[in-house]
Amino acid sequence: MNNILNQIGIENYIFLSVILFCIGVFGVLYRRNAIIVFMSIEIMLNAVNLLFVAFSTYHQDAQGQIFVFFSMAVAAAEVAVGLAILVSIFRNLGTIDVGNLKNLKG
Amino acid sequence: MNTLIAITGLGVLCLLFEILNFRKAIVPITIIGLLAVLGITFSEFNAPGSHYNNMIVVSKFSSAFSALFIVLTIFLVALAHDFYEDHKTKISDFIAIKIFMLAGAVAMVSFGNLAMFFLGIEVLSISLYILAASNRLNVKSNEAGMKYFLMGSFASGIILFGICLIYGAMGSFDVIEISENSLSAELPIWFPIGMILMTIGMLFKVAAVPFHFWAPDVYEGSPTLTTTTMSTLVKVVAIATLYKLIAELNLIPSLENQDLLGTFKTIVVIITIASMTVGNIMALKQNNVKRMLAFSGISHAGFMLMTLLSISNSAGNLLYYATAYSLAGIAAFTVILYVCKNRDNEDIANFNGLSKNNPLMAAVLTAALLSMAGIPIFAGFFAKLVLFNQTIQAGYLVVVIAAVINSIISVGYYFKLILAMYNKEPNEEAAKTQFVFYAVAIVAVLLNIILGLFPSAVLDLLG
Repeated sequence: MNNILNQIGIENYIFLSVILFCIGVFGVLYRRNAIIVFMSIEIMLNAVNLLFVAFSTYHQDAQGQIFVFFSMAVAAAEVAVGLAILVSIFRNLGTIDVGNLKNLKG
Repeated sequence: MNTLIAITGLGVLCLLFEILNFRKAIVPITIIGLLAVLGITFSEFNAPGSHYNNMIVVSKFSSAFSALFIVLTIFLVALAHDFYEDHKTKISDFIAIKIFMLAGAVAMVSFGNLAMFFLGIEVLSISLYILAASNRLNVKSNEAGMKYFLMGSFASGIILFGICLIYGAMGSFDVIEISENSLSAELPIWFPIGMILMTIGMLFKVAAVPFHFWAPDVYEGSPTLTTTTMSTLVKVVAIATLYKLIAELNLIPSLENQDLLGTFKTIVVIITIASMTVGNIMALKQNNVKRMLAFSGISHAGFMLMTLLSISNSAGNLLYYATAYSLAGIAAFTVILYVCKNRDNEDIANFNGLSKNNPLMAAVLTAALLSMAGIPIFAGFFAKLVLFNQTIQAGYLVVVIAAVINSIISVGYYFKLILAMYNKEPNEEAAKTQFVFYAVAIVAVLLNIILGLFPSAVLDLLG
């Protein structure tokens, strides 16, 4: 496993994760559909998970992989709450377009 | 460590009360439980140590802040009974969520490992997403919950990325190991980048300018009790955690090694001045009290971030300012809860003539606002005094001048509310007040005044 990491190089893992993370960030900032925004947040978190695993192998240390379990559990809980909020919005407004949320202004 | 376990146990107990049909007694029992936990926290104050492979580190800093959080939660739980009158069947859920949120808060100030820090911040945030959207039939509450969820999880992603880069640079999540390694001369560039990402994520949670845009909307739309929680408990938790992160991970010396310290200080100066100015100027033109206090909270976040400029000796200062601010916030929001109980908005017009309808509540709100503005005998004044003094000694006269000007601006909008209470005629008859509102408001204000009379009781706690 470490051999592969040496051939590819840790930098390339970092670049890949940064690119995935940025895709997630732009998804959150530019997409209007709430489900796609949620997916983008998941991409951000999973980009980090990928990097955790890469660093874990790089350092020959299991802590990073354990952390991935924490962050996956947390992400699942987060999305569960987010979807619950989304359902109540859909019941009240009949749409899941984030652009329709403009009652609060000032 | 026992604090955290006891709080979690109390949360589970709250959920069990639901099954045992103890709903009527749940608020008093929870308050008694929290007082017991407060006792445990005090007993840990002089017994620092690390537990579970350094996952939890109990220090004076963590116990003192935990005690503050528990006191704030006691106030919030006491108010919950009346606030959730229409949702009697769900009251145990609401209270259990608040208690679990407190567990997250305590984990955030007593972390010894970045995993604990991340779990703490997520437990706190996820509970808050639920509370913000808890009035599910109200479109505003839904919108506030959604906005808070999106911004919160975005910030969590950034924090997670920061943790990951720090792990990549150091090969460990342990705070002690990281802080030892961070002093070495050759660090991968990942470490400062990771610290910056983590700081940005925390600034989102603190709601400091330029990461503040979500705060007014979320504060306005959430149920008022949740707004109280956010503007007192959560703000204090986030700032204390940011302070601890920067202090414990030896960020300042490690930046000095890499000649980045000047840049860091400049950024902190800009963020503090911008937070204070933007918060106060935007608050001037608000008509909704919750929105106004949201902007006021942004400016207070700026004041509290000033402690980062003299980080080696300002922990006691931060604790004092946070206590003064949050106690005043609790008192002010209690009055808002009372005034706006059966109304669908929180405009300043609702406060017209409060001094004739209910002089005591008007006096409490006046005292709370004067404390936030920094008028003597209230704790807010001494908090600002000590803070300014220390910042001048650290050599940042510009920041202090900006802060003084901002304190003067803030008097403008606090007095707008006070004048409405005392100079205008009441629109309608006074509503009946529940005893608990009086109790919470008066205890909070009295604590604030006592702290103002004896500032050294808190200032010297952290040495």
